[in-house]
Amino acid sequence: MKPLVFSLRTKPDQRLDLSPLVPHLLAGKTAAEISGVALGTTRHAVTVGDVFRVKMGDPQQLRIEGSCDRLDLVGHAMRDGEIVVDGDVGARAGRLMSGGRLIIGGNAGPWAASGMTGGTLEITHSAGDRLGGPLAGEMAGMRGGVVIVRGDAGERVGDRMRRGTIVVEGRSGAHAGSRMLAGTLILRRAAGALPGYLMRRGTIVLVEGSNVMSPTFVDCGVHDLVAARLLADFVRPYSARAASIFHSPLRRLAGDMAVLGKGELFCPAK
Amino acid sequence: MRQLTSKGVRVDDTFAEAFGMRATALTITAADARWARQAAVTMTGFGTSVIGCGAETGIDRELTPKETPDGRPGVRVLLFAVSTSELQKQVQARVGQCVLTSPGSACYSGLAGEEQLKLGDSLRYFGDGWQVSKRLGDKHYWRVPVMDGEFVCEATTGLTKAAVGGGNLLIMGKSTATTLAAAEAAVKAINAVADVIMPFPGGIVRSGSKVGSKYKNVRASTNDAYCPTLRGAVATALDHDVGAVLEIVIDGLTADAVGNAMRAGIAAIVKLGPKRGAARIGAGNYGGKLGPHHFHLKDLLP
Repeated sequence: MKPLVFSLRTKPDQRLDLSPLVPHLLAGKTAAEISGVALGTTRHAVTVGDVFRVKMGDPQQLRIEGSCDRLDLVGHAMRDGEIVVDGDVGARAGRLMSGGRLIIGGNAGPWAASGMTGGTLEITHSAGDRLGGPLAGEMAGMRGGVVIVRGDAGERVGDRMRRGTIVVEGRSGAHAGSRMLAGTLILRRAAGALPGYLMRRGTIVLVEGSNVMSPTFVDCGVHDLVAARLLADFVRPYSARAASIFHSPLRRLAGDMAVLGKGELFCPAK
Repeated sequence: MRQLTSKGVRVDDTFAEAFGMRATALTITAADARWARQAAVTMTGFGTSVIGCGAETGIDRELTPKETPDGRPGVRVLLFAVSTSELQKQVQARVGQCVLTSPGSACYSGLAGEEQLKLGDSLRYFGDGWQVSKRLGDKHYWRVPVMDGEFVCEATTGLTKAAVGGGNLLIMGKSTATTLAAAEAAVKAINAVADVIMPFPGGIVRSGSKVGSKYKNVRASTNDAYCPTLRGAVATALDHDVGAVLEIVIDGLTADAVGNAMRAGIAAIVKLGPKRGAARIGAGNYGGKLGPHHFHLKDLLP
């Protein structure tokens, strides 16, 4: 069956809330019902029909074409199915996602994958700040699932992350993995200052290291660990380039000793 | 007893009576095949019979690096017990004492099951707070720091309630040497069958037992009807040309696996023939009233 396609007519004059456009909420809806779904975030009401040309198809396979950075909450609380976006998206893409597959064929704004509990989110270009992180007042950030960023990521990637895996193939901003509770964060290019800042538990892999390492991480030596093989096998289908780091022994740094100190940073041996 | 003959080997028209058991499988890996085997041999030691060992254990087969979760050589072991709680106790004790302690080892679930037994979930406490939980997709591992690095252990392993224990073959030959040759041929053939183990030494038991004893508190005693030295003194089950009896006991994850193993064993014994191997094949049962699984030898002939 062909996918259900939303083509953006023109860049909207207000930010849009795309959270209703997820497979489980569109299932069983007619074309008229879908066109009437409200997306506006201001006093001027905007519906799907106002901003998108809709080509009906399988609601388990959504396509958003001609997307721009004013589309917020793409794939919000998505449970199943697939959403493929052609273009950039705004803030909080994939927030609270629990299943399915979300592919952003462009850049994503801040808080992508925030509070995500399952599924897969792929961003083909760059992600904004606080990828997977919690909103103000929330105790934990990402709690499951897999996020792959093919480009760069902003500051505080994986902030307060509790579970799941984030792979950033490009560079990442300062304080990557800040306040991490657990989970796995793999940063393939140089990370910004102080990766693992105040992390309690969890694993951060710094393939190219960081220009400013935190002084509160302690060297535990170079090791060839079985766990690295398991990580490599898990990551390989998502990012063969990131998986290749695990082929040689890695230096383990324990920290952040300013807090609990049961997290770890893995760096190349040299 | 009515007998059939297959290529000169007499086959009793009887059946092996087997019982339902709880079982699990584990994948044990190490840096090389030798150390994976060593951990597996150690953890399956003293696991011949639930009567005295708590569990019946054995090696199912060796695994290539491509077949293991961590890409290292491995061994798949099976454990059988009479209850879920006893199996849990045995898994924890055997992996804790024999696999965790073995150099470079790691231990994973070797069976997908709807119900789970604790594996790393109980052994992680050895880490004294330094253990690390790692969830990768739907897998959950524990990393326990040990003196040669880390012991990686999957959190749980699958449990099956469809396992069958007590499939058996009684191999009767003219002498100890020919009977042993037939038993060895059968063990070799059964080793190639998936999902089964033969828990006794080298797969063979020479002290088959009957239920009960003349002594109080002794649950099982020698199967006098099959002891050649008592042939004249008891109601013997042996013919005049039988000088030795050996038994192969088979536990399998499914009844089909046990049936396949018995079929492979009988075929190997028949192929060896009565001169170099066994003159007669029988099977042990309790009249058919105790165990729900009956493996009739006539259905398993080559």
